[in-house]
This record gives sequence, structure tokens and C-alpha cells, in this order.
Amino acid sequence: MKSVKNHLSLIIALFTIVFTMQIYIVVDRTVKAYEYDLNENYSIVVVTQKKVDTDTLVAMSPKIKSADEISTKEVISNLQSQMKQRHIDLLKLSLPHFYSLHLTHYPAPHEVKELRKRLEKNSHITRIEDFAQSHDTLYKLLLLFKSVIVLFAIAIFAVTSLLIIKEMRIWQFQHNERMSIMAMFGAPVWMRSAVLFRVSIVDAVIASVLAIGTITYADFMKVGNEQLQSIGIEVLLFDPINDSLLIVGVALSLSIILATLIVIGHKEEV
Amino acid sequence: MDKVILAQDLSLAYNTEETIISRANFSVSSGDFVFITGASGSGKSTLLRSFYGALKPENGSLIVGGVEVNNISSSKLNFLRRHIGIVFQDYKLIKEWTIEKNVALPLIINGYAKDVCDIQVDKLLNHVKLSHKMGKYPPELSGGEQQRVAMARALAHNPILILADEPTGNLDDYSSKLIWNLLEGANTQLNATVLVVTHHIPEDLAVDYKHFNIEGGDVYEVS
Repeated sequence: MKSVKNHLSLIIALFTIVFTMQIYIVVDRTVKAYEYDLNENYSIVVVTQKKVDTDTLVAMSPKIKSADEISTKEVISNLQSQMKQRHIDLLKLSLPHFYSLHLTHYPAPHEVKELRKRLEKNSHITRIEDFAQSHDTLYKLLLLFKSVIVLFAIAIFAVTSLLIIKEMRIWQFQHNERMSIMAMFGAPVWMRSAVLFRVSIVDAVIASVLAIGTITYADFMKVGNEQLQSIGIEVLLFDPINDSLLIVGVALSLSIILATLIVIGHKEEV
Repeated sequence: MDKVILAQDLSLAYNTEETIISRANFSVSSGDFVFITGASGSGKSTLLRSFYGALKPENGSLIVGGVEVNNISSSKLNFLRRHIGIVFQDYKLIKEWTIEKNVALPLIINGYAKDVCDIQVDKLLNHVKLSHKMGKYPPELSGGEQQRVAMARALAHNPILILADEPTGNLDDYSSKLIWNLLEGANTQLNATVLVVTHHIPEDLAVDYKHFNIEGGDVYEVS
């Protein structure tokens, strides 16, 4: 019973770590998807008196992914009923050219300022609209969300690390006597530590299977899908191959590190 | 006769200020049965620990089984220990292993095949009159029974040297008698060298023995 309890405490600690890690991965994917969505809907509008080649605009900064000319036809057709054709022809001649610049990623406020300065250097550009105020607010919200998630992950990692350290002390106490007795009869280090490594690997596999099972179930039940869909984001909650490999890898690495530390810290008692 | 243990100007200490054995010179030949006596705290167990490399000499030289213990590497130390059988007053059995696995420990370490281990364990448990307790775990056995298991474990791999630290200290008369008979048998039938740390030398021992006493850090032979 005692032994089951000791196994359970390591399994629970490992399960908590890998499960939290998966939550962090999903939240990170959500934030990235949201960031992508924001970037897709964000563009800088520039106004020029003369027609400018869109490639020239793209070449002005590596941050500019593409540039499209905004058609004025729709505006003019709206005015057609209210204005005479002569005036409309005049308007067509005097109307400036509008370009929408799409960026490679959602920019930070300083990047927007930098881009603005570069664009201002072009003598053909008469006006730049970067929607700085609404962009800044959204960007700061995004940063705050990211920071909260990182803090949350650090807190969980700290708590579970303490659990693992406590578990390590119990293991050290448990295994020291057996390892010392085996050493007394000339067992090499690998033989003395074999039991410890076997137990830690088995515990890591159990914790991984439990975590993968829970996450697969949550994915199957479409937990959180509705909320994500309501903000127009589609996120992969669980990638069966890559995420499973990551979970097993992290759980195994942690438990092997734990076992190695115990073997290194072993002091012969007899 | 070959020297199994040779100590020259041997000094042992737990720290540099507190010397327990000071400049001792003695030797133990192959096939000897040796008692080490002395008052409590005189250094009997400390001396025994140095024989299996758990304590390195502070000064002087100590050779056990032809191996210099002073600057021994861990692989050589393991090799030396595989030829020694050790019995402690507190048994030092692995509690989560069955008694047959405990007895088989030196055989497993020495790389014996499973069927050889099984035969040897059967024979030894029969010898210490515990074959009926084969599947039990040490905490399920009495003190005397546990010491008999420890004794069987010490004999399992036919060691050249058996070290026993107060092997009958906690035992009843029946178990004590059995342990002394086993130690005598190992010495006379298997030709193992036996070193026993004890407070009292049994009077009815059937073997010739050497007797070292420790007093004031000095190890001397009692004639």
C-alpha cells in the first residue's frame, strides 16, 4: 500500500506537469491563431498622389507582405446619382490613389512607428493611416494575455517541481538502503540503480498514458470548442502524434533526471 | 600460507582529528578463523569496515585478497566485494525482496545463471533450516531467522573471506548455535577465511582460532 502511495505521488506530479504543459500548448496555439487573425484583418493604408507600383511599396520594408491598390470605383459609383458626369470625371482625375499594405506578422507598436517613418521617406506618399490607437490597445491586450499564461505555467511548474523534489527525498530514503546493501556485495552502479530507473520509467509511462487519455477525451468531448468558435478561432486541441511524443518525452526525461539525481546523491551507508 | 589480509602501520579515522586505529600491524592467513574483540567503541566494527573498503585507511597500507584498499578504484572495489561475504548484527536484508532473492543477491551480482542460483538458494535455505519460509519477506521473519538468511546470503557465492560483525548479538541460543556452526562449516569445509567481531568468544567452538584484541587504538594478537 505504501509503495502504491509512493508511485501515485510521482505519477500525479508528472501528470500535472505534462497536463499543464498541454494546456499551455493549446493556449499558445489559440493566442497565435488570434494573432494571425488580427494580422489578417490589419493593414496600413497609404495615400499617394501619383500611381505607385505595388512592388515598390512592398520593397520598402521586409515587414510588408503585400500591397493592394484600393479601388475607388465603388465610391464613385455611389456618387454617380448625386453628381453630374463632368464633375465625376474631374473627381476621377483629382482623386488620389489608396493602397492597403498587409504585413508579415501582427506588428508591435514600435514596429508600426518604424514602418511609418520608412513610408514617410517616399515622396509620393502624402498620407499614412496606421490605426495606431486601436492597434495599440489590441496589442497590449494580447501581450497581457500571453504574460498571464506564462506566469500561470511558471506557477504550476514551481508547485509540481516542489512535489517532485519531495518525492525525490522519499525515494532517496527508500532506495538508499537497498543500493547500499547491493554495493556491499559488489554490485556495479547500473545494477544498483536498475530498479530505480525501471520504476521511474514505468511511472512516467503511466503518467503519460493518463495525460494523453484525459486530453483525448477532452478533445473528443470538444471542450472549449464553442467558445473558440464564437471568437472565430479554430485551434487543434491535441495533435495525436506530435503532442503524444512530447508528453511521453517530457515525462520520461523528468523521471530519468530524478532517478539520476538519486543515483548521484547516493551515499553508501554500511 | 597466503595472506588474505595484511595491515602495515594501518591507521583508521572518521576525521583527521579522531584516530580510531593507530599504526596497527597484523596479518590474517588464508583459512584462518579470527576473532576481533575489544570494548564498545574501541574500533572493532571500524576495522571490519575497512576490510571491505567502506572506510579507507588514513595512513599505512591495507591489502585485502591481494588488493591494496588505500587507493582502490570503484571497479576494483566491486570486484573485491564480490569475493567477500558479510554478516551484520542488524542483518541488512532488502525488505522488499523475498528471502530467496535476498540469498540469491551475491549470485546475481556475480552473474550466475538463474537455474544455478535456484539450486544454490534451495541448498542454503535448507542448510539454515528456512526452506519452508522461501516466499516470505524479511519483516515477516524473527530476528534469528533473518540472521540465518543473512548468513545464507554471505555463503551463497563461496566467498574467500567472510566478515561477521556481532552476528549473534541479538539472537537466542538456538539461532546463535546455528550461526556459529555455519561459520565453522564455512571455515572447515569451504576453506573460507572467517573474521568475527564479537564481545564474547563461544567456549564450545570446534575450530582453532586466532584472537585479536583492540585497545587504545592498538590491534594486538592474544595468545
